[in-house]
Amino acid sequence: MKLSPALVLALLLTVQLCVATALRPRARAWTKGRDSDRLMQVLLGDSRQILANQMFVQADVYFHSGYYPSVFDQVHAPTNAQHMTLAADPQAAHEPEGDAHAGDHHEEQEHEKAMNFLGPPANWLERFGRKFAITSHTHLANGREREILPWLRLSAALDPHRIETYTVAAYWLRQDLGKAKEAEAFLREGLSANPTSYEILLDLGRLYYENYHNAARAGNVWEAALRRWLQQESGKPKPNLAALGQITVRLARLEESEGHYAKAVELLELALARKASPNPEPLEGKVRALRLKQAGQAQPR
Amino acid sequence: MNAIFCLSGIVIKELYRRKDFYVLFVITAVITLMMGTVNFFHQSGIVRYLKDICLLLIWFSSLVIAIVTAARQIPAERESRTIFPLLAKPVSRWQVVAGKFAGCWLACGLALAVFYLFFGAVCGAREGRLMPAQYLQAFWLQWGMLAVVISMALLGSVVFSAPSANVTICFVVVVGILIVGAYLQKLAALQPPLTGCLLTLLYFSIPHLEWFYAVRERLIFDQDLIGWGDCVLATAYAAAYAGLFLCAAWLVFRRKPLAA
Repeated sequence: MKLSPALVLALLLTVQLCVATALRPRARAWTKGRDSDRLMQVLLGDSRQILANQMFVQADVYFHSGYYPSVFDQVHAPTNAQHMTLAADPQAAHEPEGDAHAGDHHEEQEHEKAMNFLGPPANWLERFGRKFAITSHTHLANGREREILPWLRLSAALDPHRIETYTVAAYWLRQDLGKAKEAEAFLREGLSANPTSYEILLDLGRLYYENYHNAARAGNVWEAALRRWLQQESGKPKPNLAALGQITVRLARLEESEGHYAKAVELLELALARKASPNPEPLEGKVRALRLKQAGQAQPR
Repeated sequence: MNAIFCLSGIVIKELYRRKDFYVLFVITAVITLMMGTVNFFHQSGIVRYLKDICLLLIWFSSLVIAIVTAARQIPAERESRTIFPLLAKPVSRWQVVAGKFAGCWLACGLALAVFYLFFGAVCGAREGRLMPAQYLQAFWLQWGMLAVVISMALLGSVVFSAPSANVTICFVVVVGILIVGAYLQKLAALQPPLTGCLLTLLYFSIPHLEWFYAVRERLIFDQDLIGWGDCVLATAYAAAYAGLFLCAAWLVFRRKPLAA
């Protein structure tokens, strides 16, 4: 029997198509749908973290509209990402208990001081050159914060274990840009990559509480955050007290609203015992007020 | 003057006959448009990253066009031996240098204008507004900066033996100035006296191309216009350096044997 080459080719193409359709779903399972992650891991290796850091710095540069210390002014470069969220946090100004946000004003002043890196021009060339450069320290506002999102997305893609990327992006998404769902999805993505992160849980709780007004779910998430904080930070010489302050104060407020004054007192006392707030007086006052409420609750009617 | 215009016309024709500009423009357009389709958190109105990438590609492309075009002008004439009939016209050597410079600079200006039109179109489509004065300022200052780069490459083309060496050295020098030019004096303060003195000398003698590059950032971050008086001064600064390099190129070329 003599076979036509065209028929053989058609047969082979059909077989190839059938095998490909059968194998494709299995091949996806082999890589667990993380082809791009693996590809980046192979191509970039550990340099991914350096690049991710660079992307995060680029987001910070955008947040400052281009006014940022160069590699030659690194002593002035921001050491953390706190300034990227504290500057426009309206909630911070209205915290009654003087929780961890009490230090925000001080942080802001420190940030202003650090960002004054230019100093007076050393000569006429530098003076003239500054006419072309961006020389004023400003932060993005009025929804313009969206401009930092591409760099944060890229940073998270390169290094999924960088917590600040998720918290900063989620903060702006839910706070100013009205994208609570996207913020939740991004935080959950961060949580799946960093299941022990109390920072992400803290922000997830804030999202449930402030955006979805779901106090019960927020409480559960914050409790998980507190457990993780105690597991990870208790033994450290320099624990993240700001996070503890935020978690305990928020949880205490929830407990108080539900009439669980004893639990609220317990949480605030934990914050006081760990010196979580740089300004403990408001917290102590709150504890006293809660104790009075507790005593009133305990008295028979 | 007529000889200079004739020579520059030949260089401009060469630019649109060669594929360099088309390839770089297509790459810039494709990368920019592809980046423009990326969706970040379903958030509309994100535009600065796109302006950043587009302007970076424009800067890269314009530098490639300027350096590569300028670096091969005189060596190509010498290699193909067309320099002899050219100089027999009669055209003097300074006219050759000036004509080649004018041609390269005008050709780069044409290419840059196309790039900025594309940039304006992208910004207009994404932002819904145009800032023609800012674009014009950025275009003019970048074009002025390219005059310095072209004259530097022309000087290199009569000093170095091969165009490839000239292109590489020009790129290293230009990128070096863009990265550390502004900080040479800060570095000088950290060095021992002799090295510090040399670095200070270097700081005051190099053309500060980074000033012109800073205009790119002003465009990305929607900053106010630079004073027009400062633009004129920057143009004069660029013109002075371009003139200096062209004079040096003419002085070297004047006594250079033409046989390759």
